[in-house]
Amino acid sequence: MVDITVTVNGAQRAGSVEARKTLADFLRDDLDLTGTHLGCEHGVCGACTVIVDGRPVRSCLMLAVQAAGSEVTTVEGLAPDGELGPLQQAMWDSHSFQCGFCTPGFVVQATAFLSAHPDAGEQEIREALSGNICRCTGYQSIIDGVLLAARRGAEI
Amino acid sequence: MKLPPVDYEAPTTVSEAVELLAEHQDEASVLAGGQSLIPLLALRLAHPAVLVDINGVAGLSGVSAADGWVTIGATTREYAAEESGTIADKVPLLAAALPLIGHEAIRSRGTIGGSLAHADPAAELPAVALALDAQFVVHSQAGMRTVPAADWFEGYLTTSRGPGELLTEVRFPAAGRGTGISFQEVARRHGDFAIVGLAASLTLAGGVITDARLAFSGVADVPVRATGAEDLLVGERPSDGLFDEASRRATEDLDPPADLHGSSEYRKKVAAALVRRCLRAAADNAMEGQ
Repeated sequence: MVDITVTVNGAQRAGSVEARKTLADFLRDDLDLTGTHLGCEHGVCGACTVIVDGRPVRSCLMLAVQAAGSEVTTVEGLAPDGELGPLQQAMWDSHSFQCGFCTPGFVVQATAFLSAHPDAGEQEIREALSGNICRCTGYQSIIDGVLLAARRGAEI
Repeated sequence: MKLPPVDYEAPTTVSEAVELLAEHQDEASVLAGGQSLIPLLALRLAHPAVLVDINGVAGLSGVSAADGWVTIGATTREYAAEESGTIADKVPLLAAALPLIGHEAIRSRGTIGGSLAHADPAAELPAVALALDAQFVVHSQAGMRTVPAADWFEGYLTTSRGPGELLTEVRFPAAGRGTGISFQEVARRHGDFAIVGLAASLTLAGGVITDARLAFSGVADVPVRATGAEDLLVGERPSDGLFDEASRRATEDLDPPADLHGSSEYRKKVAAALVRRCLRAAADNAMEGQ
């Protein structure tokens, strides 16, 4: 077992993990942050995307021990006061959800992308979200939501 | 699936890393960005006894340029290479290929050395390294050796790196004056592994092609250089007729693998189309620069 300390959603969290434990399992099982979803567990579906040191990362393709000393933001950390964030509100308004399983990954990936590319257009948003799989919506409503968030952001 | 039990070492120097590799030999897997290795573990396609995590090894990350070469440390993240002004300026073919690797979240962790050591024949970087005659620097307890790209890729996911060796850096030659490039691929979705990809570089002097480089991804168990077509192009002036002829020459001996994404015949047609498109784009790119 390896002792690690990770800053998760602004708070220092300590744990003792097996080397083989992924960051995703550490977040879900050790820290009870079950908003990070695991779909495929081999880096294809994007549901487990979290932000590590400012970059979107697949938490199933990173070991928990590798996150020691890093700053991690999960979907729970995007709206800490229980309100919807601007992106979440825009996705709500656009009916970007059906079953909701893929939603945390899309919200985290889109958050990371829009913070780096606030003026992104539809094509760029489609490319940025191309690594996240949704089996319900057909994607259009998700793209609409992220685009709406980008437009509202530009108006502020 | 969850990963199988595995020991974990995190060396902080190259000498510690190669000592661990010497000790564990075939039982060790080098962990860099983990974007290929961790799926292999999850799917039980790799069974190492120990992971040697080189992310904390000092001096393995970074881009530098000297004497006509650009040196990229093995653990340089793909996103960092994508943002590198040095690579954009001096190795434009690599810069063109980087945004096509996987998805944004993959490039956050994936490394230049990791992709080239993993040596997936459908990946972008092996084709670029082969096209440009990159050099691979490996360290072991016996010392250091440099392997040319032509000798690096030996088979499917197999390189000439020995079990006790660590890839520490890759050197790309800086593009000369009058060089134009194009990297294109055909994939089902943006970010998916390409059905076929092509790295192309043309150097023009006085309107005549003085250097031509073409390397395919996705057509065999290793990236494939189209030397016959390169020879045909050198000394000629760019024209659609010439590029059609080069396309025929580049693909006549290909026998691509078939899978559910495309038959062998389809891949061959895509490869031929990519040769024409990339050569036209590379020639236009070269002329823009003059």
